[in-house]
Amino acid sequence: MPEGVTSAQAAALSGAAADKARRKRAYARHYWPFVVPAAVVVVAVIVFPWAFTLWMSLQEWQLGSGRSFVGLANYERLLTDARFHDSIWRTLYFTALAVIIPVVLGIAAAMAFNRKFPLRGLARTIFILPMMATPVAVALVWTMMFHPQLGVLNWILSQFGIPPSMWVYDQSTVIPTLVLVEVWHWTPLVMLLVLGGLASLPVDPYEAAKIDGATSWQAFRYITLPLLAPFIMVAVIIRTIDALKAFDTIYVITQGGPGTASETINIFLYLNAFAYYNMGYASAVVVVFFTLIIGLALLLLWSRERFKDNVR
Amino acid sequence: MSQITRRQALTAGAGLLAAPALVQQVDAQGAFNWRRFAGERIEVSLTANPRSQILIQNQREFEELTGIRVGSEAIPEQQHRQKFVIEFASGRPSFDVIGISLHVNKRQVGRARWTVDLKPMIADASLTAPDFDFADFGAGAVAFSTQADGRMDTLPEFTDYFILYYNKEIFARANARIPETYDEMYETAKRLTDARAGQFGFVGRGVRNANVVLYTSFLLGTAQRDCVDANMRLITDTPDAVWAGEMYKKLMRDAAPPGVAGFNWNESQTTFAQGRAAMWLDGVGFAAPLEDGTRSRVAGKVGYAVVPRGPANHHCALFGTGFGISAASSERKRGAAWFYNQWAINKTNQLRFLTSGAGSPARQSPFRNEEAIRTSRFGQDFFTTLIESARIARPGLPEIVPVTEFRDTLGAALTNTIGGADVATELRRATEAFRPILEQSERAT
Repeated sequence: MPEGVTSAQAAALSGAAADKARRKRAYARHYWPFVVPAAVVVVAVIVFPWAFTLWMSLQEWQLGSGRSFVGLANYERLLTDARFHDSIWRTLYFTALAVIIPVVLGIAAAMAFNRKFPLRGLARTIFILPMMATPVAVALVWTMMFHPQLGVLNWILSQFGIPPSMWVYDQSTVIPTLVLVEVWHWTPLVMLLVLGGLASLPVDPYEAAKIDGATSWQAFRYITLPLLAPFIMVAVIIRTIDALKAFDTIYVITQGGPGTASETINIFLYLNAFAYYNMGYASAVVVVFFTLIIGLALLLLWSRERFKDNVR
Repeated sequence: MSQITRRQALTAGAGLLAAPALVQQVDAQGAFNWRRFAGERIEVSLTANPRSQILIQNQREFEELTGIRVGSEAIPEQQHRQKFVIEFASGRPSFDVIGISLHVNKRQVGRARWTVDLKPMIADASLTAPDFDFADFGAGAVAFSTQADGRMDTLPEFTDYFILYYNKEIFARANARIPETYDEMYETAKRLTDARAGQFGFVGRGVRNANVVLYTSFLLGTAQRDCVDANMRLITDTPDAVWAGEMYKKLMRDAAPPGVAGFNWNESQTTFAQGRAAMWLDGVGFAAPLEDGTRSRVAGKVGYAVVPRGPANHHCALFGTGFGISAASSERKRGAAWFYNQWAINKTNQLRFLTSGAGSPARQSPFRNEEAIRTSRFGQDFFTTLIESARIARPGLPEIVPVTEFRDTLGAALTNTIGGADVATELRRATEAFRPILEQSERAT
């Protein structure tokens, strides 16, 4: 018993604590039904599909025929499926290009649009127009422009005496060309995010740097960039997620071709599920892909924290 | 005289009330009556193409004839294939009549028994119109619609042959002859190629999956002819298979436009329609857009010929569509759906297909209609080509369940050869990759 507390006071205290615990239990008893609707939705749209996908990944199941339990056979097949391995590398290659280029160009565009110049508002509006376009419609238009003989892009190149490109019609140029579409489409998003960051930067550090004789590059490198880092990181995360799940543009323009040269995991997965109807195998691909995304997301979050620490 | 009881009066009354329905039922089981299923509503799911367009435009005729209301949808081919397979697998498809690409889904649909056997319906005089004339369907088309177990689970609608389109103007300018063999075709194509002038001797499908049907056109000319043997064993790495692969590779590399590795039929059509290709080997359904002066620069200059002969055989690749009736539909809807099939694939509609250039009908009678053919906007050589092609047609794809996977695997190998890869190595690799999949599928069957 604590010093200076009588036994009557102690009894009263323990009684109050017991009352509090009782009230808490009664509260939980009365109010837990309110959690049920949310829990049902979570189970129905997240937990159940996941559990079902996991279960399906252990089955041999082709639509139109019977289903049988095969244990980890689908995962074993993935280990030796060269087409699947290639699709992973292609996805990572595509993602790396489709993140780095728009982020670099987006930062540059944001720096440009942060300065005052005539018709700046109009220029900004025109710059963000691609972002508003429907991806499938955009993809169809690009497909026509990429045609090696009849497309407008090769005509433009010819006007400058540049030899024609095969764009998406050649295995060696297809991924960079698809990245070009992504860059055109999504650089404005990065620009908007970074521009928002630039608008919120304090002016004091720049004044101090100017007094100390810092050059524009030094001000950008040692003040702007570190202060913009959280915004850039958000842009990188959004772009990474978008690029990893890119499907519509690739499917419409190349369907994974020529050959399998642009077959990313999403296309591979789609073909297995909805062209070959191998639901069990496709489910195993989903599980592996999900694991990859989780790994990549954790890596990004870890980098973000580490970056923050360095800035501090 | 005994008095009639109330029970007897009620029974007699009920009998009288039921009499018209019973008479109708008896009548229904006797003579054929187009209005037997009047008031019923059926759903029809088709692929988007000019033939479906004709059926949808004229479906009012059917509704007025039968009193059956029809809801039709026409979806692009690839999406349609996915949609109907998933709906059938769910057990509750949204349609009663389904258009099926026999060269892709025949075995799959047959194995799962998703559509009903039409033979009992055809044999039932109360269900089949007297002028239906089943004998009018070509034997090849009927065989294509019939499963290995004898069930005929689709009614043949359309037979698609690969034919040779050629640009008469380019041929005349170069004083070139229509090739009769594939070797001649290659030589002619090479001779007619002038890359600097933007003119190419040949154009065809190079993109994965779609390109396999061009490859099998060459394979059909060899002694082997098919991609699988009698035991359903994959034989796409044999000397004949390699010969077909070499023909494909050299035509596409030496005489086709740069970038052809990414060409499907639509890019090929655009190239040919722009007058940039002298020859194009593809399905019959492209005559209409090629002869449309508003969309094509070669309208009036297109020549049609049967595909050239191979080193051992002369066949053109055959593909086709059939209309099935969902086994999940109620009996009355199945009856109404069968009426729809009879109307959709009647002689009038089949003639409409032929004369509009929408495709080659499964019935033979349209080809005998000289008046309609004479007044058609297509030249006589188009119709002659179709009739000749029907004589030498042979399925262009193996009748296997995982046909799309087969086309993807082999197609990727063929696309690689356009890039310069060795044909024998690519075909061996593709064969090794697909053989276990086919074996597993056949075991399941």
